[in-house]
Amino acid sequence: MNALLQIDGLQVFYGGSQALFGVELEVREGQAVALLGRNGMGKTTTIHALCRMLPSRAQTLRFAGRDLRSLSSYQVARLGVGLVPEGRRCFPNLTVTENLIAAARPGAWTLERVQEFFPRLGERENQYAATLSGGEQQMLAIGRALMTNPRLLVLDEATEGLAPVIRSEIWAAIAALKQEGLSILLVDKSLADLLPLSDHCVVLERGRTVWQGPPEGIEEEVKTQYLGL
Amino acid sequence: MADARRETIVNIVLAVALFVVPAVAYVIDEPFFITLATRVAILALAGVGLNLALGLGGMVSFGHAAFFGLGGYVAGVLAHHAFSGTPVFWGIPGTNQMIIIWIVAIVLSGMLAAIIGALSLRTSGIFFIMITLAFAQMLFFFTLSWPAYGGEDGLPIFVRNQFPGLNTMRIWELFLLSYAVLMIAILLFRMVRNARFGAALMAIRQNPDRAAALGISPFGVKLAAFALSGMITGLAGAMMADLTRFVSPAMLAWQMSGELIVIIILGGVGRLFGPVAGAGILVAFEVFFGGITEHWQFWLGLVLLGVVLFARGGLIGLIAGRDRHG
Repeated sequence: MNALLQIDGLQVFYGGSQALFGVELEVREGQAVALLGRNGMGKTTTIHALCRMLPSRAQTLRFAGRDLRSLSSYQVARLGVGLVPEGRRCFPNLTVTENLIAAARPGAWTLERVQEFFPRLGERENQYAATLSGGEQQMLAIGRALMTNPRLLVLDEATEGLAPVIRSEIWAAIAALKQEGLSILLVDKSLADLLPLSDHCVVLERGRTVWQGPPEGIEEEVKTQYLGL
Repeated sequence: MADARRETIVNIVLAVALFVVPAVAYVIDEPFFITLATRVAILALAGVGLNLALGLGGMVSFGHAAFFGLGGYVAGVLAHHAFSGTPVFWGIPGTNQMIIIWIVAIVLSGMLAAIIGALSLRTSGIFFIMITLAFAQMLFFFTLSWPAYGGEDGLPIFVRNQFPGLNTMRIWELFLLSYAVLMIAILLFRMVRNARFGAALMAIRQNPDRAAALGISPFGVKLAAFALSGMITGLAGAMMADLTRFVSPAMLAWQMSGELIVIIILGGVGRLFGPVAGAGILVAFEVFFGGITEHWQFWLGLVLLGVVLFARGGLIGLIAGRDRHG
């Protein structure tokens, strides 16, 4: 058992209404895990609860051997959860370089290495993030997470709303990161891109984990019933 | 980045002007203008301190007079005991050496800012403004009612404190000293802004939750910035006490906190030379309109209103274009 991330019985309430009813999720060292489910089934909520951006209840919420349940979100991030949030969420009025260094932590990923990985971020280093294209902002959001030298990269809809050419660029970057042995938790709508990268899939339905297994094990029944395909 | 180059030119013009005006006054022997320039430099220094908290960190402190006044009283009290040859307490002697006074002022202001910050940074927005104001008012009433150092009447400094190699009683030399300290503080502000710490601070101002999700502790970073901000403003207070050779509770009054905010807004929030421009405008108004009418603050108020409504970037924003704060 060398689970890097272990979530069991995760429940989240938004005020009086319950959003998650018991999510189960495990990411092992070096694994890429796909979190699947139709819109509104709790994927982003699960990620927010993992990052402690939402109050939650859980039987187990462990990362790298630490119980996350009493930590605040910056402490979770410092343990090594590198979040690339949905909608990119760069700091619009900071320059590209400022965005990258703001949360940097020492490790293998340095400014130079991120600029090498995404050459465009080097070319635009003094530009404000607000003036970047969507694809560039996405690269910036990923680069910003890498600069924290995470043990687990969490990508929430990393290719949403991007042009096909840019999407394949982003997917290639994610594949390269996986190749290096980085553990990744992925949420995306494009199963065709997502599944070849994933070692393991977790399907959510109405705030519960209803299926998990290897990507080649996803049968037609799962697809039609839970993924709306 | 054309705007950035224009801002650099404005900064150089301001730095040169603040030096040339008193230099000319020195040559033609008009010490009044040297005093004014020194006042601008010291107020700008206090503004640089506030700009760190308000401009970079978005912390609208309405209580920076507490640090300004504390610095002033450090200078006043230590000079008072040095003059009378009595110990401050527990046998600690007073001093008339500016360097020691400055260090004490910086350390005590930093400690006070850390305490005030630790309590008030748990809030934000209007509550933060009110709590910082409340702390400053507490200190204000304390000095007002404490008779040992003059209470309401304030405390005079009979002979200006000394700086090695300078005769601080000559206003030109005091100006040079104040100018040098201001430039060092501006350089420090620039270093902070360009460092990882500055990026984290600005990230928190834009979105604390987003910053926290990336591993930045909003409270820790803001507290450190607030303490550093208080230190710089406290140093300015000590220098102001030596310029006017007088310390009184007025230095701690809420009007002083307001004046510092006005300086930042007039000059340009978060801009490197914003406090210099703002302090220059404020002192110019005080002198020229103050000579014409007792109600010069009315006209300053109108200008402030104009800036807030039509030129949010202050004087520097007006000349050099909007920057990230727009």
